[in-house]
Amino acid sequence: MNRRNFLRNTGFVAAGSLFVPAFMKPLEAMALDELSLYKNLVVVQLSGGNDGLNTVIPFGNDIYYQKRKSIAIKPDEVIKLNDMQGLNPNMAALQEIHDQGWMTIINDVGYPNPDRSHFRSMDIWQTGSDSNQFLSTGWIGRYLDSNCQTCKFPYTAIEVDDSLSLAMKGQTKKGIALKDPAALFRNTNDPFFKAMLQNDKEHLDEDNLGYLYKTMIETSSSANYIQNTSKIYQSKSTYPNSGFANQLKTVSKFISSGLKTRVYYVSLSGFDTHVNQIGQQGNLLKQYSEGMAAFLKDLKTNNKLDDTLVITFSEFGRRVEQNASNGTDHGTANNMFVFGGKLKKQGIFNAAPNLGDLDTGDLKYQLDFRQVYGTILDKWLDVNNADILNKKFNTLDFI
Amino acid sequence: MNAKDNFLKVKHLYNRAGFGISYAELEKLSRKNLSKVVDNLLKDSQKDDPIKLVNDFESKRQLLVQAGLYAKKDLTDEEKKMRQQIVREQNEVSRDLNIAFINQMINTDAPLREKMTLFWHGHFACRSNNPFFAQQLNNIQRTNALGSFKTLLVEVSKSPAMLQYLNNQQNRKGKPNENFARELMELFTLGRGNYTEQDIKESARSFTGWMYDKDGSFIFRQNLHDTGTKTFFGKIGNFEGENIIDIILEKAETSQFIARKIYKFFVNDNPNEDHVKELATHFYNSKYDIASMMKKMFTSDWFYSPENVGTKIKSPAEFLVGLSREFYVTYNKPQVLIQLQSSLGQYLFNPPNVAGWPGGQSWIDSSSLMLRMRIPSLVLNDGEIDFSGKADPEDEAVIALSRVATTNANANNKPKSYVNANADWPKFLGTLPKGLTPLALTEFLLQPKLNDKITTMVSDNKGLRSTAVEITSMPEYQLC
Repeated sequence: MNRRNFLRNTGFVAAGSLFVPAFMKPLEAMALDELSLYKNLVVVQLSGGNDGLNTVIPFGNDIYYQKRKSIAIKPDEVIKLNDMQGLNPNMAALQEIHDQGWMTIINDVGYPNPDRSHFRSMDIWQTGSDSNQFLSTGWIGRYLDSNCQTCKFPYTAIEVDDSLSLAMKGQTKKGIALKDPAALFRNTNDPFFKAMLQNDKEHLDEDNLGYLYKTMIETSSSANYIQNTSKIYQSKSTYPNSGFANQLKTVSKFISSGLKTRVYYVSLSGFDTHVNQIGQQGNLLKQYSEGMAAFLKDLKTNNKLDDTLVITFSEFGRRVEQNASNGTDHGTANNMFVFGGKLKKQGIFNAAPNLGDLDTGDLKYQLDFRQVYGTILDKWLDVNNADILNKKFNTLDFI
Repeated sequence: MNAKDNFLKVKHLYNRAGFGISYAELEKLSRKNLSKVVDNLLKDSQKDDPIKLVNDFESKRQLLVQAGLYAKKDLTDEEKKMRQQIVREQNEVSRDLNIAFINQMINTDAPLREKMTLFWHGHFACRSNNPFFAQQLNNIQRTNALGSFKTLLVEVSKSPAMLQYLNNQQNRKGKPNENFARELMELFTLGRGNYTEQDIKESARSFTGWMYDKDGSFIFRQNLHDTGTKTFFGKIGNFEGENIIDIILEKAETSQFIARKIYKFFVNDNPNEDHVKELATHFYNSKYDIASMMKKMFTSDWFYSPENVGTKIKSPAEFLVGLSREFYVTYNKPQVLIQLQSSLGQYLFNPPNVAGWPGGQSWIDSSSLMLRMRIPSLVLNDGEIDFSGKADPEDEAVIALSRVATTNANANNKPKSYVNANADWPKFLGTLPKGLTPLALTEFLLQPKLNDKITTMVSDNKGLRSTAVEITSMPEYQLC
């Protein structure tokens, strides 16, 4: 679909909805209502295996201090959330978010027979597989494949990056990766690229050549749609100066300008803190928290917070006991952060990790990460989680 | 024998069995009978040229130091530095090894052997932080690429890289680790559904004691081996690892699994089950002789039928190697090859998991396709495609504006494109016959049949060089 057709089509949709009698549906209300169909999910990936125990600190548990003699965060530095757990002091920006009721922490999320390889465990999290199963599609990709009412556009899922993560790849449909909508627009409007798109109908078979052309056409129409929808929007909020905050700023621009995208994917890396963890993790958590706080407040200002759900995960947590280099080694279960304006349970979702009951030095998981995905698929993206996750997972009560 | 027909068949053969072919070579071979050409291809690939980049002696020294440091509880600052230094060196050498493999594929005169090595590289997918181990496994895959599948399988199974990757170092009597046994059957031989969990347990016991020593050599540790009786596929015995491999190879499912994977790699993503069966039976009856199966495939009529020509999506490795080989490309900063592999989704020696790269349409998404269509112009012509067309007037302003912005931002430090490569144009043009038209060049460089649009695009009076850049930037060039 080229841009002109696209505009024509969207024009048609808008005209169509005008047939609803005005007294039943005032124009402003309709616009709001239409937009709120597009509930957004933002997935934030912390790559490298974030140390959850120094992120959400179990300051009420002596074992934590015994096992982490040189890297534990002292109780008086912790930003206390209840009498057991609190945030790393570098996450001060999230205190206000927490106090507003926009944040939930889910403790001990993992999966059976955890894998300690970064690549493998990231694979498992992105595909939603069992630990001995190899899937070549991601969980969001399979959501796109499901062809549900709300996920039929090629721009249904956007990753703010140069390349696309496995999580976003389905069998027949894939998300789109872009860092800068203007740059993508420029590339797809290059004269040569446009010439390749002309008279494309003969190519649109089910074969590989047809697939290449279909991808080109969708890229082009998405690039036009994204650029033309979002270029007029100017954010009034200020964001900290970091790559991560920039990614979130782009996402906010897309959400606030009313893009009909449902899933956004961003990531922050560098969490593999085997050596001298305190400084490195502290910096990253600061970037994360300040970026996230700015993002959530920006969404609030634009009335989009209630329509947005943000989740944060990392491929694994780290071992309970620190190593000899003032760092931590690869572990298992970890906490997840959930943000949004419509959380059912705010603050801390479930019991703090039981440091007295470990599996060869590692945390035991309380909740399978696919229960979290399943909850989002069922309650937020309105699809049956069994269709996406290959079996039914019990949902949780955070939304 | 129709000359044009033979020209297209030989071109197809060299695209699939190798990494493309020069025009001059193609003209020469086209005059021969196709079965002669296949024989030649196999004969050329008898040559085995192992990669000898990583120094054996230095690697053993590092291994010993690492083992020593690993055993100590508290390290001094100096020892920590030493450990970090080794990791740094290993990472650097690993990158060099990756580039060595790419260069080997670009420059080889045994193209089928290198293509098969690439196939086994994905089949026996493995990651190792130790570049010596990685090189060793790559050479095992190359040396046995066209030999006996059994020898290949045994040697891969005994390689330190695989023993480490699939945790057989931890597989001990009384404390079995089933990782290797499971992947051996699921991914290397039989395929899912052709064995039971019990078979995995029993075979894992048989592989106990298969390890490598401090020097990085295979060692069978009798004292860690479970000598008890095992029941495997209904057979009862005191099996060791090689007995298990023999029993697995006795099952025809193994030949079918490998033949199907070979078919998907060399012929078509959607296997024709009759053809797969034909290949598998041949493979089984030849006692798993790989070269014999390949010859059978390349001499079958169906290998050259239209649905199998110009219809496969090139893997990133095939794409990058083919382009570099055709145009005699030199990379002034070879590291860029790693960046490109990684952005395109196939970083050699770093498969996503033990199942390898899924391939086919999974190579292509919006960003990887845009990059693939951009790379030829970056590699061959510093980013320029000599094509004049008109953007929509309403879009022009935006394009012009953002172009000014990027030019300003990059003006200071970008004399060449970031790819920084040179094609040897005189050499490439020298391989072409005098008077070759742009249209004929297009027919040579593209595997899919040409349509009107492409014919029109290339038929204006552009030079061969501009035409080549244009063609290789087309979606059709992604297919082979």
